[in-house]
Amino acid sequence: MRRSIWVSLAAACAIAAPAAAAAADKIKVGFISTLSGPAGAIGVEIRDGFNLALKLAGGKIGGLPSEVLVGDDQFKPEVGRQLAEKYVKLDKVDFLTGIVYSNIMLAAAPLAFDAKMFYVSPNAAPSPLAGKQCNPWFFAVAWPNDAYHEAAGQYATTKGLKSVYLIAPNYQAGKDSLEGFKRFYKGKIAAEVYTKLGQLDFAAELAEVRAAKPEALYIFLPGGMGINFIKQFVASGMSKDITLITPGFGSDQDVIRPVGEAMLGLFDTAHWALDLDNPANKKFVAEFEKEYKRLPSVFASQGYDTELLIDAAVRDVKGKIEDKDALRKALMAAKFQSTRGAFKFNRNHYPIQNYYLRVIGKDAQGRLVNKTMSTIFKDRGDAYVQDCPMK
Amino acid sequence: MVLVLEQALNGLQFGLMLFLLAAGLTLVFGIMDMINLAHGSLYMLGAFLAATLVQATGSFALGILLAIPATAVLGMALEVALLRTLYARDHLSQVLATFALILILNEAVRIVWGTDAPMPMPAALSGPVELLPGMPYPAYRLLIIAVGAAVALLLWLVVAKTRVGMQVRAGASNREMALALGVNVPRLFTFVFGAGAALCAVAGALLAPLLAVQVGMGENILILAFVVIVIGGIGSIRGALVGSILVGMVDTVGRTFLPHLFGLALPPQFASAAGPAIASVMIYLVMAVILYFKPQGLFPARA
Repeated sequence: MRRSIWVSLAAACAIAAPAAAAAADKIKVGFISTLSGPAGAIGVEIRDGFNLALKLAGGKIGGLPSEVLVGDDQFKPEVGRQLAEKYVKLDKVDFLTGIVYSNIMLAAAPLAFDAKMFYVSPNAAPSPLAGKQCNPWFFAVAWPNDAYHEAAGQYATTKGLKSVYLIAPNYQAGKDSLEGFKRFYKGKIAAEVYTKLGQLDFAAELAEVRAAKPEALYIFLPGGMGINFIKQFVASGMSKDITLITPGFGSDQDVIRPVGEAMLGLFDTAHWALDLDNPANKKFVAEFEKEYKRLPSVFASQGYDTELLIDAAVRDVKGKIEDKDALRKALMAAKFQSTRGAFKFNRNHYPIQNYYLRVIGKDAQGRLVNKTMSTIFKDRGDAYVQDCPMK
Repeated sequence: MVLVLEQALNGLQFGLMLFLLAAGLTLVFGIMDMINLAHGSLYMLGAFLAATLVQATGSFALGILLAIPATAVLGMALEVALLRTLYARDHLSQVLATFALILILNEAVRIVWGTDAPMPMPAALSGPVELLPGMPYPAYRLLIIAVGAAVALLLWLVVAKTRVGMQVRAGASNREMALALGVNVPRLFTFVFGAGAALCAVAGALLAPLLAVQVGMGENILILAFVVIVIGGIGSIRGALVGSILVGMVDTVGRTFLPHLFGLALPPQFASAAGPAIASVMIYLVMAVILYFKPQGLFPARA
């Protein structure tokens, strides 16, 4: 019995060994994202950024021919999981990526983890995966879920804001976001209000804000909720007296387009901005505008960076992607020019990077854009890395 | 005090918009005994048509005024072509068919317009108005209240004082008897359906600049509209009005005052969790209580 195990192990090694030595002839990527419906704008940005980077590299990943399978999760975790199942088991892709929302990612990505395949996340980076449950098969390219909120809290403290009113939707990410803000905000919390997820009319909440007379208002209202809130906030006439602060994804090009001039003067925090002064970013912004006839949002930059990271890692291992340990090291090294400037991965595979304060103003052509004001955090990691057992 | 007044206006505004949806729904349900889940889709169509027409004409008022008859015509076409065949069927078939209609219309709108359409607020109304000293209120919401109240009054006049209105009331209280007395029922049904669609368009177009014109916008508000007509009594316009104002007020009060109330009695971490949770089911609690005492709703059309 024991002998037969050794024999089969040896046989397995014999089969596996040549595969490890040879370079793959093609790189297959499974790209799952929310591409339709009211929540679909972000996924489209990520996909467009990813495709742009691929196109600029002549359709090759790490110098090898590539195939990207794109699927729409329709904002439903079960659909995302089905797609992941298909890509991992049937199409046998080499990398999985693309998912926007944490709840969908947490449903789908474990399929990749179980198959010993890397999930390279262009957006979702929930706190548990940064701490105790950190995973060797997971890389967060963009930013930890609460990083923007921490930066906003720090900004409010630095600015000396005396009271801030907090609003977020009543679900886990909403509560996490306000926790992140409070972690760095030292002033007085005027109130902490949780609205229904998906709520579109905020008249009642705005009346409460007016009565509370806070110095500033911090909102975490992703997607359509934020668009409506900002419009209604301006219509209520409070924008003159109360400073509105949002996380950067709540006020990027995908929100500026529908809201328009009402956004002027709004403060937000992000790890990237249109005007960040580095060659990689300049090229990205110019090429994106040429390709899609619109300005990129922070999400587009994340999709673009994700493709560059996979590309750099495959190049680094010279196409021998079967050697997973070498591939992990190569991903970890992140040898590419990111649109955000220099950054590196922490041992939990979450980025260590700068976060900036941005304000919405007009560029030379009179378009509404986010302009970088100052650096809030330099080389900031996250609050959970100490719980991560990975070395 | 100012806060209470402001919240009352917010509740009134929300209630009046709900009424525009619920009025059509309750008539269709009451007179034709037809459950039309696709009522929310007409609200969506009205909003998309308004967004397009406002852009095409360059005038906010003209665009909305054109969108209302356009939606009414679409609604009547739908009734003649499709829904008419469903009247004789049971409620389950109606629910299935009109649910399919929701999916079809959502997809059709996506093909024609995309997932959303821009609808800017007219600049003159985008600021606040000082109602009382120290109490500014968004001008656009005042407009909604005014239009909503005017339409409600108009509807009451039509239903209570005109010949068509009399037939509608007759149809709602006893369809067979109305038929026997020679009311042209098919024509009446088409008219009622068109009127319902027009009211949907008014609500959709007015709320568009405040909310968002997007695919699927009708489904959420449809559920509330059903709550309203169940509370008010199916087939009753008066019930729909009372029910909508009630739902609008309860929702507003629940969202704002309930968390405070819990804050007085509970430690903060429970209050912040319990407040929003209870607030989101307040409307349904109220509905359950009303139905316990008045199973037919507040103002049943068939006494």
